[in-house]
Amino acid sequence: MKIAVASGKGGTGKSMVAANLAFSLSVAEPVTLFDCDVEEPNLHLFFPEDQPEVSSVSILVPDVDPDRCTLCGECARFCAFGALVAARDRVLFFPLHCHSCGGCMVACPAGAIRETPRQIGTVTERSISPNLLLVTGTLNEGEVLGVKVIRAAKGRAGAESWIIFDASPGTSCPVVETLEGADFCILVTESTPFGLHDLALAYDVTLQKGIPSGVVVNRSDGRDDVVHRFCNEKNIPVLAVIPFERKIAEIQGSGDLIARRDPAWKDRFCAIGRACRSLMEGGA
Amino acid sequence: MIRLAVVSGKGGTGKTVLTGAIAHLCNRPRVMVDCDVDAANLELLLHPRILERKDFAGMEAACIDTTQCTACGICSDACRFDAIRIHGGDYAVETGRCEGCGVCRLICPAGAVSMQPRVCGEIFYSETRYGDLVHARLAPGAANSGLLVAEIKKIALSRNGDCDLMLIDGPPGIGCPLISTITGTDQVLVVTEPSVSALHDLERVVQVSRSLRTKVSVVINKHDLNPRISGTIREFCRREDLVFRGEIPYDESVMEAVRTARPVTEDTVPAAEAIHTIWDDMSHDLW
Repeated sequence: MKIAVASGKGGTGKSMVAANLAFSLSVAEPVTLFDCDVEEPNLHLFFPEDQPEVSSVSILVPDVDPDRCTLCGECARFCAFGALVAARDRVLFFPLHCHSCGGCMVACPAGAIRETPRQIGTVTERSISPNLLLVTGTLNEGEVLGVKVIRAAKGRAGAESWIIFDASPGTSCPVVETLEGADFCILVTESTPFGLHDLALAYDVTLQKGIPSGVVVNRSDGRDDVVHRFCNEKNIPVLAVIPFERKIAEIQGSGDLIARRDPAWKDRFCAIGRACRSLMEGGA
Repeated sequence: MIRLAVVSGKGGTGKTVLTGAIAHLCNRPRVMVDCDVDAANLELLLHPRILERKDFAGMEAACIDTTQCTACGICSDACRFDAIRIHGGDYAVETGRCEGCGVCRLICPAGAVSMQPRVCGEIFYSETRYGDLVHARLAPGAANSGLLVAEIKKIALSRNGDCDLMLIDGPPGIGCPLISTITGTDQVLVVTEPSVSALHDLERVVQVSRSLRTKVSVVINKHDLNPRISGTIREFCRREDLVFRGEIPYDESVMEAVRTARPVTEDTVPAAEAIHTIWDDMSHDLW
């Protein structure tokens, strides 16, 4: 079962839910947890550092052979991203604009362009316990093609009982890429106008992708009527309500997990996982 | 005009709350820009009256004419974005995945592919009690957020270039929209909080801001939730030679102000007082 954890708004507790859920489920069954927030990956901060295995993520970018290039400018005319500019005496390449589509190579009539890899990020695997593997995608600082790193990280998914994808905030391409292939999406929200506004947007993305979803209300002060009303209207199940407690904030803030500290929380997160499974099976 | 972007790396540290407060406190002519285009929340605090609205056209998207398509599949194999898939015998472009590169059109032997304009969102030009606001709504699941950010900043500059301050509410993260947000700014104000996650994200957003040659200053929100990590953040700022602007205490009235959709500085509460001091100090430094 593949579960994505998303939210729209940042800082609602996606990573907290994903890490606690993975930890709790891994007590009984194999789990692979994917950190798909490649711009700001944090999940590794909640698990003891094991020997991480790092591999690089590269994209193919053009390499123009000046001996064969006739400076005709076809590559630059083709490039929709402005990554190639034909100057008087050579073709200039701006790597950060390149989306690695490969079109310039096809467009070049002189066969002067070949492709060469350029590293934009890494995928790190950490074996947290015999039942829990953490796979982290990390985009290099200053790079923009996070989607490629997400895809590379998710490519490591096998046939584990539980696969959990922790998404970045927002509702644009990185989130869409993270949701790809998920069976169910947990939407984490908080009961503020900001949280609700962005929950509605994230819910729209799950609808577009045809992925069933459920809501976890985090940092609740008990005044969650607006979220419950929204969920009732849209017929979205509320999977759990996690209260705001200074102690939870402290545990989380210092890099620990409430499910590790307190078996009652571990049981509650296992119940969330089971609820996702039965909702997916019920919807299928 | 001073261009100031409020950013954070990690989401939910209080960017929008602080931006709304600065919009309220600043007594110079100012224009606000909400660059968190996938989840724009500043409007919830500033209650804009929309003056103009227009569609945002992102990159064009490929479109396959099924009457000409021979289903050879060459385009699908060549697409590096996995955007062309077969559904019931017909190849079709999944617009949300299409980056608009045009490779499929270039290589289609049947000439069945064309590039079509696409609407990726909406742009709004509004007025608020505190000055004009340029904001946007990216269609859920759409691409081109970086382009949209560049576009709304350009609008603010051309229409409100005579203001003393362009105040930008930034997106989380360090990728495309963030880089587009801080390109060309004079200063970024990073809002962080005392948690291991926020500290880790602060380090990355500082690296990216520096590489774009903008001045970096830092404020710690909810600093008393973990005094030890707050100390580590202050130490990081000293070591990295960042301007440390101050600390805001955890204060339940911040949540109350958000609930009632107002800038927190409209009330006399501990968090508001801390923001007052921070902004007085910053404006002294900016002008």
